[in-house]
Amino acid sequence: MAISRRKFLNMLTVGSTACLALMTPITSWAAWASDAFNAEKPEDAYKSLFGSNELIESDEVKLKVPKIAENGGAVPVSVKTDMKNVESISIFVKDNPQPLTATFQIPVGTIADISTRIRLAQTSTVTAVIKADGNLYSKSQEVKVTIGGCGG
Amino acid sequence: MKVKAKFKNDITKVRVLAKHPMETGRRINKETGEKIPAKYIQELTCEYDGKVVFVAQFGTAVSQNPYLAFSFEGGKKGYTLELRWNDNTGDVEKTEAKIK
Repeated sequence: MAISRRKFLNMLTVGSTACLALMTPITSWAAWASDAFNAEKPEDAYKSLFGSNELIESDEVKLKVPKIAENGGAVPVSVKTDMKNVESISIFVKDNPQPLTATFQIPVGTIADISTRIRLAQTSTVTAVIKADGNLYSKSQEVKVTIGGCGG
Repeated sequence: MKVKAKFKNDITKVRVLAKHPMETGRRINKETGEKIPAKYIQELTCEYDGKVVFVAQFGTAVSQNPYLAFSFEGGKKGYTLELRWNDNTGDVEKTEAKIK
């Protein structure tokens, strides 16, 4: 049976759209923690992200944020630790509309030392949580903001 | 996305600057009075030698044009890092960076 030109073209387009459909889901291989990011209270965000809100305050968690931020739109934050078996580092801003700001996975071989810049809607406590050996270690510091970072 | 990767003392230090508006969805356009729809990076990953060395998940409170710095053990001068981010609207950006 001969394949007509029309039929052949149809087969081509169907084939390539199927390919595209198969390729697109790769956009997110580790699910984005939407429930934790959408939580409006730090306790709910902890629970959703870690499955627990039992944090152990620890000076081993080295959190570096300015005490006073003139511009709440870009506040530099660094978190590091010498603890072993670190699985993740997460940053929470208590008085932001959604406290969970960022969470970083630390695979074996990656160093538990990260820096980024975050927004503070208003003066708030910033908390870094490090998951290591299955436990949650935290360190908090207040940051005074003179101009908020989420305003309209 | 701009990436700088430096190898020193058996450690590769990576600095990333991603160009992105990071719209929270809460800002209001002063001229139209309408909310500017949310557009923010949700995930940024870095791979080296076929292995994921770093994954960052962001919410809306990461600053505009996100900056990130991290380090991992190993790496090699002249070798390539592969980075990508995707945002909540499905946009994706990929880039490669040579370790120096």
